[in-house]
Amino acid sequence: MSGALTALVLLPAVCGTGLLVTGRVADRIAGPVAVGVAGAGVVLAALVADARPSVSMPFLGIVDGGDLRLVVDGLSAVLVVLVAAIALLVTVFAVADLPADDARARFFGYLLLFVAAMLATVTAATLPTLLLAWEVMGATSFALIGFRWEEPGKLAAGTRAFVTTRAGDLGLYVAAGAALAATGSLALADLGRATGGWADVAAAGVLVAALGKSAQLPFSAWLSAAMQGPSPVSALLHSATMVAAGGYLLIRLQPLLAGTGWAATAAAWAGALTALVLGAVAVAQTDLKQLLAASTAAQIGFVVLAAGVGATAGGTAQLVAHAAVKAGLFVAAGAWLTALGTKELADLRGAARRYPGIGAAATVAALALAGVPPLSLWATKDEVLAGVDGTALHVVGLAAAAVSAVYAGRILAVVLARPAGDEAVDAEEPGTRRIPVLTTAVAGVLAVFAAGLGLLALPAVAEELKAVLDAQGETSPVLGELLLSGALALGVLGLTVAAVRARPAVVEWLARSLLGSWAGLGRLLSPRPALALARVLATVDDRVLDRAVMGVAASGRRLAGLSAKADDAILDRAVSGVVTATRRTADSSARIDNGLVDGAVRATARMFRRAGDAARRPQTGLLHQYYAQAVVGLGVLLVLLLVVR
Amino acid sequence: MLLTVVIFLPLVAAGVLLAAPRLGGRAAVGVWVAASALDLALIGWMWWRFDPGDGASGLVDGLAYEADLQWIPTVDAGYHVGVDGLSLPLLALTGVLFLACAVYSLREPDRPRTYAALFLFLQTACLGTFASLDLILFFVFFDLTIVGMYFVIAGWGHGNARRSALKFFLYTFVGSLALLVGFIGLFLGSEERTFDMVALAANPPLADSPVAGGLVLLAIGLGLAVKTPLFPFHTWLPDAHTDAPAAGSAVLAGILLKLGTYGFVRIAMPILPDAWQRWAMVAVVVGVISVLWGAFVALAQTDVKRMIAYTSVNHMGYVLLGLGAAGLVASADEGARTVATVGAMYQMVSHGLLTGALFLLSGWLWSRGHSYAFDRWGGLARPAPVFAACLAVAAFGSLGLPGFSSFIAEFQVFTGALQAAPVATVIAVLGILVTAGLFLLTLQRLLTGDTVAPEEPDAGQETDAGQVQEDPAPARAGGGTAVAAETRQTTRIRDLRANEVVAIVPLLALAVVLGLFPRVLLDVLEPAAMAVVELVAR
Repeated sequence: MSGALTALVLLPAVCGTGLLVTGRVADRIAGPVAVGVAGAGVVLAALVADARPSVSMPFLGIVDGGDLRLVVDGLSAVLVVLVAAIALLVTVFAVADLPADDARARFFGYLLLFVAAMLATVTAATLPTLLLAWEVMGATSFALIGFRWEEPGKLAAGTRAFVTTRAGDLGLYVAAGAALAATGSLALADLGRATGGWADVAAAGVLVAALGKSAQLPFSAWLSAAMQGPSPVSALLHSATMVAAGGYLLIRLQPLLAGTGWAATAAAWAGALTALVLGAVAVAQTDLKQLLAASTAAQIGFVVLAAGVGATAGGTAQLVAHAAVKAGLFVAAGAWLTALGTKELADLRGAARRYPGIGAAATVAALALAGVPPLSLWATKDEVLAGVDGTALHVVGLAAAAVSAVYAGRILAVVLARPAGDEAVDAEEPGTRRIPVLTTAVAGVLAVFAAGLGLLALPAVAEELKAVLDAQGETSPVLGELLLSGALALGVLGLTVAAVRARPAVVEWLARSLLGSWAGLGRLLSPRPALALARVLATVDDRVLDRAVMGVAASGRRLAGLSAKADDAILDRAVSGVVTATRRTADSSARIDNGLVDGAVRATARMFRRAGDAARRPQTGLLHQYYAQAVVGLGVLLVLLLVVR
Repeated sequence: MLLTVVIFLPLVAAGVLLAAPRLGGRAAVGVWVAASALDLALIGWMWWRFDPGDGASGLVDGLAYEADLQWIPTVDAGYHVGVDGLSLPLLALTGVLFLACAVYSLREPDRPRTYAALFLFLQTACLGTFASLDLILFFVFFDLTIVGMYFVIAGWGHGNARRSALKFFLYTFVGSLALLVGFIGLFLGSEERTFDMVALAANPPLADSPVAGGLVLLAIGLGLAVKTPLFPFHTWLPDAHTDAPAAGSAVLAGILLKLGTYGFVRIAMPILPDAWQRWAMVAVVVGVISVLWGAFVALAQTDVKRMIAYTSVNHMGYVLLGLGAAGLVASADEGARTVATVGAMYQMVSHGLLTGALFLLSGWLWSRGHSYAFDRWGGLARPAPVFAACLAVAAFGSLGLPGFSSFIAEFQVFTGALQAAPVATVIAVLGILVTAGLFLLTLQRLLTGDTVAPEEPDAGQETDAGQVQEDPAPARAGGGTAVAAETRQTTRIRDLRANEVVAIVPLLALAVVLGLFPRVLLDVLEPAAMAVVELVAR
């Protein structure tokens, strides 16, 4: 059976990669291949859910839990079946919904890769496996949301989704380090053993990762951008997968959260507040897909709340029920968008009447979303709230449940109304004016589940689920609670429909309010501060660091220049000075030479001449005179000798 | 003997090329490809025969393909080369990347024979550095790489090539002088008075003189930090990259930067364990600053190549974080420290493959439009889908997506380092978020939107004549600006050529293989990492 588990993940991964590598040549076969693989996935999922196998492949070394390990336990079994089933239904919807000339190989390639990553996420037993699947899922969601990259803004929406969820993923990296520090192991099952400060770090990391992936406060706004993706992508990513992964992770690691004393409470409040605030945001939307996106964050908020208060069975049930409900609604929204060319609520007036088949399915799903008994979310939400202890938390939860009836009511009030004839159809794209039978069938199946999972309200069924999840002993709602919440949902729903019909201005006022623009949560995710910081640092890099280096180099050169100048100024000048001095000396010597020496010489010569003349005078040829001269000379010599001595 | 053949085979091929001036350009590059391929095959053979062993092995024992000849006996420096789990992956990376560059350069128009000879010379220098087990030999090869790269940038670069080449040369050469001072310090500090790395690691010098040990580590650290490069010694890198030819950039980032980080693992950590332990926090802090600085500054770049260059600073920062954590012996257990070291060593290989691919891809931009400026390109996914796919894969690999080798590296660095340096690691983790943002932004800017390409300076050479069509409406967002006026919509830009695909795709494929089946590399790396951690903990 471990072969089935391997195949469950590898089959879509390999086929998806194959489609991507083959490229547009495979466009025509991509749809059938994807449906076949997804169908096989459902069979394999059923097999592994029954047999509960595990499989391991060597990956990282040194420490325990470094391997790639997939294990199917009760929680994984439920989710594997859920993911595989929704994946099949959405794949069928995509085959019917995507235009024939789209790059289908690329679309279904990424879709299958995404499904593989999600299946690996919900069966991962070690942190490396989890993180691998978790982030590949994020990257493929980027590719799917930005599928129509030619259109402006689409890829940017993918970027926003990926970067935001990755901001959360950082928590998982930190959690992995903390797990290693605390337990010396990277296995998820060992994480519950963590104690002390490292347990706090790990819990914080897991919490941040889950909140990011599940679009909980304060990360919610990426979900709004993600609605830029094709409708099948929204139906898959924002129902049973991707956003569900965060809720799943918190349910899986509930012991870790509970062990810290604060993380569970924080998760509970984050979930409850998201359910309330994003519910209010959903109420204020004018675009059907935006409304559904906000309501997704809100509904997953109940899952996070459940994980926080330890109602794992309730949380899992909520996850499953919401997947069916929301996938159905997204399929309907996508079908209307294709057929009528608009997703503006005002222009979808009467859409359910125009196309009764899908209209009926959407109505059932919306009623379930409102929490109307005996449908699914009514039962599961109460299952979650039954586990809530604190009064404040309980009140917030109930308020959030009431808000979900308001936004569901807004959908119903519009699509079930009689068309007024002034709807601006084809506002966003040319509509086809037809809804394929396959799409209606998919929506119908999802509606059956959206309604049928209401069976969870029956104690016997709920106990069965708890047994599967190994969560016996968790509280279930009593009949009174169920009746109260059912009545609340019905009452609020009725009031909403009446109010929307009677006072449409209220809706417009809401849409213009802060809630209409997602409560400004988008600003939290703005890349502007990071970009500004980047520019500052780049400037510092250029102006300071590089300048400093160049400065050192320049000062080296300046030093060299200075030395050169010193060379010029001092040594050279000294040398020149010497030269000049020498020349001057020479000149003066020359002058001296000319004036003095030469003069002297000439004077001497003259003197000698004169002396010669004079000397000639004694040369008389008279011998006696010579003797006399010799005597005078000797006498002078004698005097000289006498003086010198 | 085999190792010596591997090291000097490219040099011999270079000699042959230089000795045959009549050889045509294509034939010369053919010789280059053949020599590189043969060398890689030999390295593959070495890998095949290499026994990494179980437990810790490498650095001081378990060395394979060893050769030890006397060279300068008076200072006990010799031709001592050998292979262990630390050097083998980097030798293999060198072989792979140089072969990729050879294939990529098949159509090099500018003095191909000399170009090929220069790269072969550079390959010998790189292989020699990784195989050296002697400090002087290491230093000689280390400096030869600088010389070779100088000529590659100065001779075949573009833009302000000479200035950048000179900056690169002077900066890294001054760094290598600091390294030499450190080596001499090790020599003087050692009891046996030797330059032999194995002997020095087995009996570490300066163990009882913290000040001298610290100063020697400072000198070696400075030298290696310039080469790695680490903040704040990185500013030569973007200039050198921007003006280097694509293959030169790939080698510079893919191999030459690794010489720095390799020096830390091979020399600084095992030979100066005391000093490394004492100053490990400095390595951690410098690593973290490099991570964030590189990431943020890359985010602000307006030039593709400068951006990739800064991401190298970021990626090398992770290496230092991991290696620094390995030195924080007191605050983390051995398992965590080993994981961090393995991650750091894995990052060296991973970064070589992915950044090599990114730089080769950036060469496509230059060859098609002589510009790396972001604002002069757009919508390239339309005319060049293969280029777009390769760039997207390389970008996701470089941002550390699981399934790529970089994830194996970064995950282990973070996981292993958290216990030793929690605050630093949590800060460093932010780096992968910023790189994610900047790479996705890059994809958005280059691949989507209206197709925009710079005016071809010599039309007809790169884009086929007649396929360039003027579009009268430059409809780029914010059109009407000077940028839009000087660019024109080019409906057909030639996609990656066959040889470019053959050069780039294997690098990316290897990054994926190493990301999904890391045991291939980990089986070799882990024993060496254990040995490093044990040696540092002495």
